[in-house]
Amino acid sequence: MQTKKKQVHWRAHAVLIVVLVAMIYPMVWLVGASFKPENQIFSTMNPLPLAFTISNYITGWTATGNSFTLYLANSLTVSLCTVVANVAACSVAAYAFARLDFAFRRFWFALMLGTMMLPFQATLIPQYTIFYQLNWINTFLPLVVPYLLATDAFFIFLMVQFIRGIPRELDEAAELDGAGHVRVFFSVILPLLRPALLTTTILTFIWTFNDFLRQLVYLSDHSRYTAPLGLNAFVDRASGSSYGGMLAMSVVTLVPTVAVFIVSQRRLVEGVATTGIK
Amino acid sequence: MSENSGTAVLDPPVDDRPAAAPVRRKRKRHKHNLAGYAFLTPWLIGLFAFTLIPMVYSLYLSLTKFNLLTAPQWIGIENYTRLFSDPRYLQSIKVTLLYVVTSVPLKLAAALLVAVALNRGLKALGFYRATFYLPSLLGASVAVSVMWRQIFSRDGLVNQFLGLFGVQGADWIGDPRFALWTLVLLSGWQFGTPMLIFLAGLKQLPQDLYEAAAIDGAGRFTVFFKITLPLLSPMVFFNLVLETINAFQTFTPAYVISNGLGGPIDSTLLYTLYLYLKGFGSMQMGYASAMAWVLFAVIGLFTAIYFWSARKWVNYAD
Repeated sequence: MQTKKKQVHWRAHAVLIVVLVAMIYPMVWLVGASFKPENQIFSTMNPLPLAFTISNYITGWTATGNSFTLYLANSLTVSLCTVVANVAACSVAAYAFARLDFAFRRFWFALMLGTMMLPFQATLIPQYTIFYQLNWINTFLPLVVPYLLATDAFFIFLMVQFIRGIPRELDEAAELDGAGHVRVFFSVILPLLRPALLTTTILTFIWTFNDFLRQLVYLSDHSRYTAPLGLNAFVDRASGSSYGGMLAMSVVTLVPTVAVFIVSQRRLVEGVATTGIK
Repeated sequence: MSENSGTAVLDPPVDDRPAAAPVRRKRKRHKHNLAGYAFLTPWLIGLFAFTLIPMVYSLYLSLTKFNLLTAPQWIGIENYTRLFSDPRYLQSIKVTLLYVVTSVPLKLAAALLVAVALNRGLKALGFYRATFYLPSLLGASVAVSVMWRQIFSRDGLVNQFLGLFGVQGADWIGDPRFALWTLVLLSGWQFGTPMLIFLAGLKQLPQDLYEAAAIDGAGRFTVFFKITLPLLSPMVFFNLVLETINAFQTFTPAYVISNGLGGPIDSTLLYTLYLYLKGFGSMQMGYASAMAWVLFAVIGLFTAIYFWSARKWVNYAD
């Protein structure tokens, strides 16, 4: 019995590793190719560069007008502002839904769940015209301000679920000590909500950093370009002259999100597994 | 987070207070009206300013001719009637439906298979889980689409691999017969999120049924189709709804792989890409708003069909 089980495991590992390698190979190839001289990129499947060079990074960095230093700085600005806005706004709304008893609570809650199912295209055009009237095009405001008002209902839902798991006795004890809702929120709920806040932070960062359509629509001035838009500038030319630079900059734009993933993967996997998301 | 939180999204909120006598509760005033609405204010402003009012505004715009620079001009339902005589629009619907009905089952099947394979108390589970999950986290980025475009190019990785077996691969991205399938594969590659949800579901399944099946000598396939799949059906349902909604909204890979045009010969003209081209390329914002409303209706229809059919195949026995 014991040996049979071991054998089965051995087979399972073999199959899984083949699948895993097939999945990861393109990414390994991408990183390898970014260090190859231009003429070797498509000549071999071997991801390891025969002649190692960083020239793709040097030429790619400034090949699209502005430098990737600026694009990355813009992306980080947008992503970090969005994270702060989203965490703050969603936790406040989640506290109300999970703990406070007010009129029409169920109605608003159902409406919130409904907005999770709403395709973002449905509001893209009218939002654009509103931001256009406000003169916010080519600023980061259209990307950040909606999050300041908790428009990403998914994270409210995630936090509501989490707060429901926090024993109510803790709130009640604080209330007996004379704490109001603001005190309870800040000194009881928020500290215990930390795991959900972390999941929110990580996912918001990665999704915002990789977001493309909204940035494409709202930012057309080169000085406002984010990393995905900078990379897209390579694609738009599509001259085929500098694949090396394009691949190198693809790697560059993946580094921040992969780094965040590596640091936080345990937390993240748990968070996704227990809530279920995109 | 309860064991069924995967499906909890579909349930109304649970009131977790000890049940007071129902008669008294009816008369009881809500305790925290002031605080509740104070905490809810940012969300309420966002709901109206960025969702509800834009939705209504979009409905109005869809009945006008509007190019952003001049005032909207009322034309009634003309945009909607024009939609269905616009060959590119009909093509984008065809492409999108084909994409949705192939990519969603592919992704869910891959997710389920890998989840079942992982759910045997394997060593290094954490490593597998994290690595399989990574593509779905990065998949929406421009960089991954650029990578995909390169590996499916005429002399890309895929064709070099096929070359090992003496097979001459096609120009996958440049050939209208194949371009959409590279997008379907890219979607299948991102099976990590539904996989994690399935894995969480598998962990909750009652072991006694499996023990009983083993005593009865049931084979692995019987166990999977008669026990695992029915018990997991709420998770299948949940993933099906979410992934369908996501698939309808796919934009970035189609844009990157086709240089923002939906080519070759409109074979990758996904709905959102065409909406973008109409709304922001040729500034026909009334027309694009009408497109958005049709999309909204189609997604609503799909979701309604899922919920309606769920009574027949989703098992809520527990």
